[in-house]
Amino acid sequence: MSLEDLNTFIQSIEPAAEVVQGKQFPEVMVPDDRLHQLALELKENPSTAMDYLICLTGADFEDHMKVIYHLESTVHNTVLVLKTKTLSRINPVLPTVCDIWQTAEFHEREVFDLLGIRFKGHPDMRRLFLSEEWGFPLRKDYVDEVRIVDR
Amino acid sequence: MGEAEQDRIETQEYLVNMGPQHPSTHGVLRLLLKLEGEIVHHVDPHIGYIHSGIEKMCESLTYPQIPYLTDRMDYLSAHMNEEAVCLCIENALGVEVPDRVKYIRTIFSELQRLASHQLWWCVMGMDLGALTTFFYGLRDREKILDIFEETCGARLTLHYSIPGGLMFDIHPNFRNRVHEFLNYFREKLPEYDQLLTGNVIFQERTRGIGIFPREAVINYGVTGPSGRASGFSCDVRKHHPYSAYPFVSFQEALDDRCDTLARYKVRIREMWESMSIIEQLIDNIPEGDYQVKLKGVVKLPEGEYFQRVESARGDFGVFIISDGKKSPYRLKFRSPGFSNLSALHAMSKGWKIADLVAIMSSLDLVIPDIDR
Repeated sequence: MSLEDLNTFIQSIEPAAEVVQGKQFPEVMVPDDRLHQLALELKENPSTAMDYLICLTGADFEDHMKVIYHLESTVHNTVLVLKTKTLSRINPVLPTVCDIWQTAEFHEREVFDLLGIRFKGHPDMRRLFLSEEWGFPLRKDYVDEVRIVDR
Repeated sequence: MGEAEQDRIETQEYLVNMGPQHPSTHGVLRLLLKLEGEIVHHVDPHIGYIHSGIEKMCESLTYPQIPYLTDRMDYLSAHMNEEAVCLCIENALGVEVPDRVKYIRTIFSELQRLASHQLWWCVMGMDLGALTTFFYGLRDREKILDIFEETCGARLTLHYSIPGGLMFDIHPNFRNRVHEFLNYFREKLPEYDQLLTGNVIFQERTRGIGIFPREAVINYGVTGPSGRASGFSCDVRKHHPYSAYPFVSFQEALDDRCDTLARYKVRIREMWESMSIIEQLIDNIPEGDYQVKLKGVVKLPEGEYFQRVESARGDFGVFIISDGKKSPYRLKFRSPGFSNLSALHAMSKGWKIADLVAIMSSLDLVIPDIDR
């Protein structure tokens, strides 16, 4: 699917989404409240068929958090990057996609553990690597008290 | 009390800890099992015992320092991991490495895959009670590690690829040693089949166990040999070729039986394919430089870069968000073991504890790869 076709396709599902050609792959930016619907459509619609979630990355920016979904279609062998950002940086919440791609259950727990982004609708939103009282180390304002990283 | 009631043994669900020191969890993985009798109802993996915060550390390291850490993640595919980081940095900088580098990197990756699969094979045998396999596998793996040692001085955490090429040129003996090894291992690999594959106990414990259909494999992002054993064509070497893979012809090992035995057989076939790939390349390594000199301080242009390679366990990805400085703003490793582990619960539900051990070894988990 060309970028123009992709743009028309995505606009027809979600007019608020933006489609741009990134350095490597087409990138789609979607508002957080429309994420779940668009993700589901991207997977279910045979013309995109994004059935494989490669990875799910969270990143902290100055005033918001971003979550980046790398998707691949095993039918068309194409890669698409889906991005969304949280409204708040202090108490970030996003809808879960683990009902669409089940592997997200683990990946979202990892993002929650390291960045503190809560995924609404996730069946088991617990810390994954670290203990409950630990801060969120991948946040940029994290203070490394025990000096594990900065020596 | 009637006879029928006497026969019925009352059971109730109970929780059992498996690990973190259980030998078949290969490191420090703790599984919280919910059991009814011997049947596994729920598996809850508890990880993070050796979480080392590599992604956080990378944010304060320079780009050429990063491959040192990736070696220590999945130490059995150390070369593939560092190759992924190097390719990602080179692509971002727009640097084209000489063909010689591509060939040598690919040969190293395939040797590494062989060494990793050998270790997996001997450990899988051991998990299922066949101790002899452990000695057979390690005997052959030693030969590959010797080849690594001769060229780059390290046996496990190689750090041979650097952004821009290779740390040193290959040792003058390299070609002969690899030929020697190929001739040797071509005779030894059929022994693996004779010893384990055809064994009745082994077959009974793996055939039809832990069946995981193709849709589920894709849904859980299970890649590498474990994904291909369920018919999911996910070989990055085929679908997104990098380094010297476009120059070689090889078969993607696929199977559609979806069980533990299929995952085993795919890896055995992959060992044959790896040998064939090395054979196609080893005599044709082009002359040329083994390195492109990069600037003293490597700074990636602002943007996002994603690079995938096929590690011994599956689809390994590096995702860099750069803000134009000398260290990444955010760096994410997509490790195959992490996604593969996410499927363990679904894969082993309803099977016995002994089957869980077989299923887990067929997934070939390496814990530092999961914990990072």
